[in-house]
Amino acid sequence: MSAHSHIDGELPHEPERATLEGRNKVLGFWLFLGGETVLFGTLFSVYLSLRGQVLDGPPAYELFKLWTVALATFLLLTSSLTSVFAVQALHRNNVKSLINWLIVTVFLGLCFLGLEIYEFIEYVKEGHKFTTSAFSTSFYTLVGFHGAHVAFGIIWISMLIAQVKRKGLTVVTAPKVYVASMYWHFIDVVWVFIFTVVYLMGKVG
Amino acid sequence: MAHAHEVKRYSGLMDWLTTVDHKKIGILYLIAGGFFFLIGGLEAILIRIQLWKPLNNFVNPDTYNQLLTMHGTTMIFLAAMPVIFALMNAIVPLQIGARDVAFPFVNALGFWTFFFGGVLLNISWFAGGAPDAGWTSYVPLASSTFSEGEGVDYYVIGLQIAGIGTLVGGINFLVTIINMRAPGMSFMRMPMFTWSAFITSALILFAFPALTVGLVALMFDRIFSGNFFNPSGGGNAVLWEHIFWIFGHPEVYILILPAFGIISEIVSTFSRKRLFGYSSMVFATVLIGFLGFMVWAHHMFTAGLGPVANALFSIATMLIAVPTGIKIFNWLFTLWGGSIRFTTANLFAVGFIPTFVMGGVTGVMLAAAPADYQYQDTYFVVAHFHYVIVGGLVLGLFAGLHYWWPKMFGRMLSEKLGKWTFWTFYIGFHMTFLIQHFLGLLGMPRRTWTYLNGLGFNEMNLVSTVGAFLMGIGTLLFLLNIIVTFGKPKTAGNDPWEDGRTLEWSIPSPAPEYNFAQTPLVRGYDALWKEKTDGNNGMTPAEPLGPIHMPSPSILPFFMALGLFIAGFGFMYRNWIAVAVGMATVFLCMILRSVKDDNGFHIEPDELHDKGVKA
Repeated sequence: MSAHSHIDGELPHEPERATLEGRNKVLGFWLFLGGETVLFGTLFSVYLSLRGQVLDGPPAYELFKLWTVALATFLLLTSSLTSVFAVQALHRNNVKSLINWLIVTVFLGLCFLGLEIYEFIEYVKEGHKFTTSAFSTSFYTLVGFHGAHVAFGIIWISMLIAQVKRKGLTVVTAPKVYVASMYWHFIDVVWVFIFTVVYLMGKVG
Repeated sequence: MAHAHEVKRYSGLMDWLTTVDHKKIGILYLIAGGFFFLIGGLEAILIRIQLWKPLNNFVNPDTYNQLLTMHGTTMIFLAAMPVIFALMNAIVPLQIGARDVAFPFVNALGFWTFFFGGVLLNISWFAGGAPDAGWTSYVPLASSTFSEGEGVDYYVIGLQIAGIGTLVGGINFLVTIINMRAPGMSFMRMPMFTWSAFITSALILFAFPALTVGLVALMFDRIFSGNFFNPSGGGNAVLWEHIFWIFGHPEVYILILPAFGIISEIVSTFSRKRLFGYSSMVFATVLIGFLGFMVWAHHMFTAGLGPVANALFSIATMLIAVPTGIKIFNWLFTLWGGSIRFTTANLFAVGFIPTFVMGGVTGVMLAAAPADYQYQDTYFVVAHFHYVIVGGLVLGLFAGLHYWWPKMFGRMLSEKLGKWTFWTFYIGFHMTFLIQHFLGLLGMPRRTWTYLNGLGFNEMNLVSTVGAFLMGIGTLLFLLNIIVTFGKPKTAGNDPWEDGRTLEWSIPSPAPEYNFAQTPLVRGYDALWKEKTDGNNGMTPAEPLGPIHMPSPSILPFFMALGLFIAGFGFMYRNWIAVAVGMATVFLCMILRSVKDDNGFHIEPDELHDKGVKA
C-alpha cells in the first residue's frame, strides 16, 4: 500500500528506505553480498592454494605489469567515489546530477574493463593461457569472475540510467540506484583484495 | 489510495506457471519435491534389489554406479530440500503474521530454477548415462579423464542451476523473517519452526556459494580443460574435497534444522504444553548452525590432513552433540507430564526422537578420527547418515506434512491410513538400516555393486532389502492417503487439531490469498495459545480493515529458469548458439522485470471472504 502513496507525491527523505519494498530490497541485497563474499572468499582460497603451480608458464613476478594494474585500480576506486556522488545526488533529489555521476561511473568501469581485457590479451601472448597451469586457471577464474561482475554492473547501471531518465526519481527507482551502488562498492572492495593478494603478492612472493 | 490497478488474473495451468503466492509456490515445491522423492526412492529400491543376494547381476556395475550417484544427489538436492522449502513457504509467513514473503517474484524464480535444474539432471538418464561419480563427485574420478561421458556434466550444470534457486530462496526467507513480522512478534516470540527456517536460510546463504565455486571449477576443468583438480597441470584433487565439504557439511544442517523445528511445534502442540526450554532451543539452533561450518574436514579424516587437523575437527564435531543433546532433552521434557495425543504427526515426531539419537550416537563414533579409519567407506557410514537423514529429516517431513496438511489444503489426512504409513515406514526404516551398522562393522564396503558369497553378508542384506520394500509400501500408503483425502470435501476449520498454538491456526484452512485480513497483534510466545488462555476468541487485530496490496502474477520466473536450462544444455554440448539464446532469454527477462513496474493490485475490504473479521 505504502508504495503507492509516495509515487505521485513528494519524494521522502532517504527514498530508498521509504517503503517496505525498498527496505526489503536493501536488506536482501546486503545478504546477497554476504553470499558473494563467500563466493569470492572461496575463489581467493583456491587461487592461494594453487598460485605456486606455475609449471612451464611465466611466473607471476615476470608476468604482472604493475603500472596497468595500478591504473586499473585508480580507475575503479575513483568510480566508487563517483557512485557515492550519485547516491548523494539521489538524497538531494537532483536527478540530473545523479544521472551524470552514474554516467561517469559507467565510463570509468568501461575503462577498467578495457584495461583488463588488454592485460589478458598480453598475458596470453606471453604464454599465460587458461590451460597452462593450475596458477593460470585459478588466476583467470578469480580475476575473470571479478571482471564479469564489473561487466554486469556496467550493463545494470546503464539500464538504470535509462530508467531514471524515463521515470524520474521515485520510491521505486531510488532503491534500485542505491542497491546498484552497493554492488559497485562491493566489486571495488573485491578488487582491492585482488590487487593485494594477486598482484602485489605476485610481485614479491 | 485505494486506486485498484487492473491486473490480469490467470486460471488453470497458467495460474500455476505465473503464481507468486507463497502458498501456491509451497504446493509446487511439494509436488516437484515429492516427484523427485519417488524417483530417488525407486533408485534406492533398485539398489536394494541388486544387493539382496551375493553376486547378483540384476543391474550391471555401470548402472549401479549411476543409480547410487543419482539416488544420493536426487534425495538431497531435489527431494529433501524442496520439501523443506514447501513447508517453509506454506507455513513461515503464516507463523509470523505476514501477508506475503519479502520477494514474491524471486520466490517463484527460486522454485522454477530448482525445478529446471532437477529436470536437467534427470534427463541424463536418457542422454547416454547419468552421473556416476557419487553424490560427492570426487576428483579425479569425476574428471574428464575418468568420467568421459556427459554424466558428470549433467551433475555439474544441473546442480548449478538448482543451486541458484536454493540461494535466492534462502535470501527471501531471511528478509521475510527479519522485516515482515507482525507487530509484537519479536525474535524471541517466533515459533521454533520459523527460527529453524531462519537459521537454515542463513546456512544456505553462506554455504551454497562455495558449492557454486566448486561446480564452476569442475565445469572449467571438464569443459575448458582447466587445471584446478588436475595434478598433471599442477592442480590439487584434495582441494575439491575441501570445497565440496565446506558446503556439504553445512548442507546436512540445512536439512536437519527444519526437521528440529517441525518436531518442536508438533511435540508441543500434542502435549498441550509450552515447548520446554524455548530460549535454550533457540540458542542450540544458532549454535548448531555456527558449529556446522567448523567441521567439514571430518569427512576427510583419511585424506591425510595430519593428526593436528584431525584432532581439532574431531573435537569440533563432538561439540555439536552438546546443543543437539539440549534439543533432545527439551523435547522429552516437553512430553513429560503433558496430556499427549498420538496423532499420526505426533507418532512421527515421537518416533523421530530415539531414531535421531541413534544417528547422533554413531555420529560421535565416526567423529573419533582413529576409529573412523575403521568405519570409513563401509556400510556403517551408510547406516549413520541414513539414520540422521531418513530417521531424522524424512520422519520430520512426514510429521510436518501430516500436521500442516489441513492448513495447506483444507482437508485432514486420514489418521487411520496415516498410522499405517507410520508403522510400515518406521519398521521398514529400522529393518533397512539398523542392520547395515553391523554389515559395516563386518567390513562390507559401500558404493560397491555386489559382494561375494560366504562373507556373512547374505542374510543381513536380505533383511535390509525387505525393509526397503516396507519403506516403499509406507510411501505408497502416504500417496494413497493423499488421493483418498482429495476426494473429500474441504472441511478443516481454522484450528483443526484444536490445540494449535501459533498464528497459522488463527486463520482459515487453507489460508486465503492475503493470509490475514487484518494483521494480528502478537502478545506473547505461542501467540494464539496466549489468546486462548486469556479467554479471547482469536487474535486481536493490529490494524483496521483496509484494502490489501498484492503482487501481480508473472510468467518471467518460468522463462528465466527455462533460459538457464537451455544455456545449460548449450554448455554441456558446447553449442554456443544455445548458450547465447538461453542467456539472452535470462537477461531479457531481467530487463523486462526491471523496466516494467510491478504495481500489483488491491483486494478491497468487501472482497474479503473471511468470516470473523473484526472491525
